[in-house]
Amino acid sequence: MEGISIEEARHVARLARLELTEEELAKLTAELSALLEHVDRVRRLDTADVPPTAHPLPLENVLRPDEVRPGLDRAEVLAVAPATEDDRFLVPRILGEAP
Amino acid sequence: MSLLDEGAARIAGAVRSGEAKAAEVLEEALARIEAADGELHCFMTVMGESARAKAAEVDEAVAAGRDPGPLAGVPVALKDNMCTRGTRTTCSSRILENWVPPYDGTVVRRLAEAGAVAVGKTNLDEFAMGSSTENSAFGPTRNPWDTGRVPGGSSGGSAAAVAAGFVPLGFGSDTGGSIRQPASLCGVVGVKPTYGLVSRYGLIAFASSLDQIGPFATTVEDAALALEVIAGHDPCDSTSLDRGAPSLLEGLGGGVEGLRVGLIEDFLDDVAPACSSASAAAAGVLEAAGAHCESVSIPEMLLGLPAYYIIAPAEASSNLARYDGVRYGLRVDGPDVETMNARTRGAGFGPEVRRRIMIGTYALSAGYYDAYYGQAQKARTLVIRAFERAYERFDVLIAPTTPSTAFAFGAKTENPIDMYLSDLCTIPSNLAGHPGVSVPFALDDDGLPVGVQVLAPALGEAVMLRVAAAIEHGAPASARGPVRPASAQAAGGSGG
Repeated sequence: MEGISIEEARHVARLARLELTEEELAKLTAELSALLEHVDRVRRLDTADVPPTAHPLPLENVLRPDEVRPGLDRAEVLAVAPATEDDRFLVPRILGEAP
Repeated sequence: MSLLDEGAARIAGAVRSGEAKAAEVLEEALARIEAADGELHCFMTVMGESARAKAAEVDEAVAAGRDPGPLAGVPVALKDNMCTRGTRTTCSSRILENWVPPYDGTVVRRLAEAGAVAVGKTNLDEFAMGSSTENSAFGPTRNPWDTGRVPGGSSGGSAAAVAAGFVPLGFGSDTGGSIRQPASLCGVVGVKPTYGLVSRYGLIAFASSLDQIGPFATTVEDAALALEVIAGHDPCDSTSLDRGAPSLLEGLGGGVEGLRVGLIEDFLDDVAPACSSASAAAAGVLEAAGAHCESVSIPEMLLGLPAYYIIAPAEASSNLARYDGVRYGLRVDGPDVETMNARTRGAGFGPEVRRRIMIGTYALSAGYYDAYYGQAQKARTLVIRAFERAYERFDVLIAPTTPSTAFAFGAKTENPIDMYLSDLCTIPSNLAGHPGVSVPFALDDDGLPVGVQVLAPALGEAVMLRVAAAIEHGAPASARGPVRPASAQAAGGSGG
């Protein structure tokens, strides 16, 4: 089977929001290709009529009454944030937003 | 022999009766850690101040005639992926190096309510990804049996802390074997419970359909006691089973007369002779004790590893998306949010974490989802069905825990797949959501511990631990910890 190309890996890194040097990207591309080869038998399995299992427990629609309960302490949460303003998390500008 | 070496049940009994003070037991644990952890590096953070406050609280409760709890005064170690309010929780990652959680995980809270004294947070492979603790961003943990060798992973710190006699109980998490494998390499008992039996609230998520918290101990009895304390429904975890903690201590010594035991054949060609002969010998012990043992072939077991190395990274890529420099942890600045995210994650995540995020993102991406993740979910169904068929014929299954004993640092880091193969025998039960336990059983020719694995169907902890206790009974005491840290053995060579 074909491995993954550097350009495909670059695309994946962008999806995953991972900044990598060219060297790191090349190494990861090789490692990913090797791993894909290792798991290829799963890709090739005959699974006609086999349903997928997402989760080992037969749980469905786990609900609780819609009652207000205390949450986390806001000051404690904000105290460990990288940057805050008023009671909010402060971030750099989001691309595509009007200035 | 010091009370600290007599196990959790005995310590709790002594503290509850007033025979011993929690404060004194704690001081001994802290002194041992001070003396030897510089070399072993089991701990990321030692919680001296809060531990002393807790021990004092326990002693005060006893003095006042209040029930201090079933683990009163027992010093415990917590893997550093379990949230502890007010004490940093790092996941052994630079991205959370200084993060202090604003809440306690449910297991952490239940242990405190039971009177246990948390002495510190233990080292792990970064974000629980690894089988040697070499992926910690802050240096590995050393195996007390041979300090030139790994303790296993990802819960290496907790396993080694129990093996070194620092604490009688440690807690870790198991996603593909991360409790059982280090337990085997460190000569201690390690239990992965049925998925959903123990709350994951406050366990920093790696793979949400696979992760479970479980105990390390020097005896099956202590592991059973610990599991009784932490198990049971938690409304904060929507994946927790709607039932209370099982009663595990009561029937523990009940023996194995008439039980049907299957020895899984399918791993035996891929594991070291010491590991395969140990599980065969353990089957012999059970047979002599009245069980009926038979070999069984479950070829679907071998699908487990490739399926896992699609499913677990896929789930991890989703779970680790939250580390984006916005609300907590490391931030590396950038001109816009997307750049800030990418720089933060590139700087904050180590090589193994990046590998898994990449493979997971790829397996979930458009055009590849069905071929990889979809197929892996179907392979998971095949593994589960194979187990179901096996459990029609057998009450429990026996297998090696690991393909090898403790290997030397660097022995498996060249090729990631070499490391992944360490999880061969443990992964299938994570995929199925079934419980598993590793029991120390023998030493190999280099004097290194060999564990044997007992597997049971979902919620089969009682029979699983009863069988484990019988195996333990037939094993020499020399095969289990605790041990004083020993440097590389001269005799028997240094081969890993």
